[in-house]
Amino acid sequence: MKSMLQRAGVLGVAWGASRPALADYAYNLQPPVSQVARDVFHLHNLIMLVCIGIFIVVFGAMFYSLLKHRKSVGHKAAHFHENTTVEVIWTVIPFIILVGMAYPAAKVVIEMKDTSNPDMTVKITGYQWKWGYDYLNDGVHFYSTLATPREQIDGTAPRDPHYLLEVDQPMVVPVGKRVRLLMTANDVIHSWWVPAFGVKQDAIPGFIRDTWFKADKIGTYRGQCAELCGKDHGFMPIVVKVVSQDDYKAWVAQKKGAAQTAAADNGKTFKLEELVERGKKVYQANCVACHQANGMGLPGTFPALNGSKVATGPIDAHIKIVLHGGRPGTAMVGFADRLSDAEIAAVVTYERNAWNNKMGDAAQPADIAAARGAAAVTAAAQ
Amino acid sequence: MSDAATDHADHGHPVHPTGIMRWLTTTNHKDIGTMYLWFALIMLFSAGTMALLIRAELFHPGLQLMRPDFFNQLTTMHGLIMIFGAIMPAFTGFANWQIPLMLGAPDMAFPRMNNWSFWLLPVAGVMLLGSFWLPGGAVAGGWTMYPPLFIQGGVSYDLTILAIHIMGLSSIMGSINIITTILNMRAPGLTLMKMPLFCWTWLITAYLLIATMPVLAGAVTMLLTDRNFGTHFFNAAGGGDPVMFQHIFWFFGHPEVYILILPAFGIVSQIIPTFARKPLFGYASMVYATASIAILSFIVWAHHMFAVGLPVAAQLFFMFSTMLIAVPTGVKVFNWVATMWKGSLTFETPMLFAIAFVCLFTIGGFSGLVLAMAPVDIQLQDTYYVVAHFHYVLVSGALFAIFAGIYFWLPKWTGHMYNETLGKIHFWFSVVGMNIVFFPMHFLGLAGMPRRIPDYALQFTQFNQIASVGAYIFGFSQLIFVAVVLKAIRGGAKAPDRVWEGAEGLEWTVPSPAPYHTFETAPVVK
Repeated sequence: MKSMLQRAGVLGVAWGASRPALADYAYNLQPPVSQVARDVFHLHNLIMLVCIGIFIVVFGAMFYSLLKHRKSVGHKAAHFHENTTVEVIWTVIPFIILVGMAYPAAKVVIEMKDTSNPDMTVKITGYQWKWGYDYLNDGVHFYSTLATPREQIDGTAPRDPHYLLEVDQPMVVPVGKRVRLLMTANDVIHSWWVPAFGVKQDAIPGFIRDTWFKADKIGTYRGQCAELCGKDHGFMPIVVKVVSQDDYKAWVAQKKGAAQTAAADNGKTFKLEELVERGKKVYQANCVACHQANGMGLPGTFPALNGSKVATGPIDAHIKIVLHGGRPGTAMVGFADRLSDAEIAAVVTYERNAWNNKMGDAAQPADIAAARGAAAVTAAAQ
Repeated sequence: MSDAATDHADHGHPVHPTGIMRWLTTTNHKDIGTMYLWFALIMLFSAGTMALLIRAELFHPGLQLMRPDFFNQLTTMHGLIMIFGAIMPAFTGFANWQIPLMLGAPDMAFPRMNNWSFWLLPVAGVMLLGSFWLPGGAVAGGWTMYPPLFIQGGVSYDLTILAIHIMGLSSIMGSINIITTILNMRAPGLTLMKMPLFCWTWLITAYLLIATMPVLAGAVTMLLTDRNFGTHFFNAAGGGDPVMFQHIFWFFGHPEVYILILPAFGIVSQIIPTFARKPLFGYASMVYATASIAILSFIVWAHHMFAVGLPVAAQLFFMFSTMLIAVPTGVKVFNWVATMWKGSLTFETPMLFAIAFVCLFTIGGFSGLVLAMAPVDIQLQDTYYVVAHFHYVLVSGALFAIFAGIYFWLPKWTGHMYNETLGKIHFWFSVVGMNIVFFPMHFLGLAGMPRRIPDYALQFTQFNQIASVGAYIFGFSQLIFVAVVLKAIRGGAKAPDRVWEGAEGLEWTVPSPAPYHTFETAPVVK
């Protein structure tokens, strides 16, 4: 009841009083941190002023007429119509105003589209529903997924200030460098958007489009996917950390170290419990969106794994689907390029031993390497 | 089976089927117009209910009422049904009722085809609404149906493609009928440049429909074969291009925007001179402006695609051509204001809706101009700013013009005056409610809230709550509208032939209610 009253209060006259100030309300373009975003900000201010000016003049005249030229105050209708001079004037003046606005807008378009002379290049790939980042100059590669816990979305835990705008691994770039972005997608169209940089570029499967930004202030900037890409479209945010050149170098070194540790795992043999435990994390980051935490999928759209023929059938077939994808035309993509041998072994083992699937068998990283090798041999033979 | 069209000879003793057969077999333009309008009303409430469910989910951050997939089904179906089920059929209903009456024609040119073009619609409507109960639910890929997302769905996606084909067929047949009627069946002396502006706007709209509906049909057929028969029109792996769909779709989609608004311009251009008691300021320039808008609408489509990564020349071309549309649109707004200027104004409900139309549609026009600037559009594309923009154009534009037209002609159709007090209450609730829903969406979009998301970051909470409250005010106040219409059908003060003091035109020379058959002898216009 109390919260109902509070909500009603939002609408009430005491609206401003119950909230500290309008500052609580995000109501304008986000503070720009790149030259392009600043130019867009000013362009928007300019066109808003022009629109408000025209609105006041035109509707000032209309409301004057509504007050003065009404029958109830005894106004008699004049009968004038058609006046070429007036009609030419009100065609030409808007045209001139538009030309005046087209010029600065065109300059910004050209600035936005100039992707030449980058200091570094990052390839960004959209997936249902996460982003993949490849640093082409520094050899860093990782995926970035939503970090907000399920409980916050379902309302059983208090929401953190960056609710839905936080990721496990943010993109990191050095301040003051021209970063060229190569954008593509793996499944459907996504759109990479960080308002503070003034960058929005659709990621189109099978094609590469480019864009660029140069962030001029250290900080953390947040955005979201801006093209409907299926059910979790609202849950694939973008976080970019702009850091100093030194911090950037340290971050690259740390990422490379982590990659080496992961590679070492591929040569090990694990116990069933270790694989299940690790597999659960891999499952939550990669599989849960479609197949669901309870393994039941979504009837009619995404199949269940709990009790499925794949997860309780021959292990080789199971590994093959996770590596190379399901039947053509389904949403199940192959994870051969996205997950390491150890990760695939873990998630396959988890799926075979979770819920009611009590298979008791395990896939080892070596099995995955063998499956990859077999696929390569078949491909070469064809 | 004999039908009304062949019974013209013995109109003294018309033989009509009664009951349901009357409506199934009718070829009378008034009956068909009425059915179009009722169909549109039912669809308005169906898709409106979806909108209220969407706003309920968005009242608070988090997922409260539904899963994201169902949310996407609601936004998709809300769009498809409002556009193809509510707004377009409502305007066709007006065309059926009014064009023969305004031209002094006895009926539409092809009455049997007219019957068929209506009865296709409920079939398509049932297919769309029924798809909610299919496995996997209704389509959830957005009303724009972009592949590859649209390739992923279940059987309802194929059904929706079929429904779009059927509705397209209905629109094309309706358009052929309207064009033929206007070009061939005007009363002697009623030259094209003398005919009411509503007929002019519909003539141009009908040409737009004939030009673009086949384009949409082609695009969705390619989706169908990509989905089911292994073609790769939109699949890069097979040599296709997903962006090609967007080009084809928006080549239909942008003229479609004017299909949804030109008849509204026509209705408002009938109403404002009536209640200003003064002729339309620039009849000829209104006709030319309408035609210019229609022609320009074919060369601006890619402004819906500024974020796909067009080459710089295309970005500039589509930005300039889009900004150019502001000129003829401005001419229209100036004309309406100049028509009111020094008139003798009264403010019955149709006029109130027409004035709100001029003012609020212009806000939608201004936000359109902001979006036309390609660099600004990069920030605003696919945000709530776009949602605000097209709802100002379609709710306070198209829908308000439909309300204005209903109040304007209801006495002619039913023979009874509607309840003016209730009409005004409906107006004020609608205009205030509408602004509470959609004005805050401009701020949400500027601040960075993407559209088509079921859950949002915390800084967007307040404006979403305001919008949701407004949605319920706006939605439930439409029940007043239904009450006014039903009351006027059942009774009320007797309407005179010339319902409004300042009304001009042939429709006001026939009795109220308009008899089943009118203008069996063509009137002569001097």
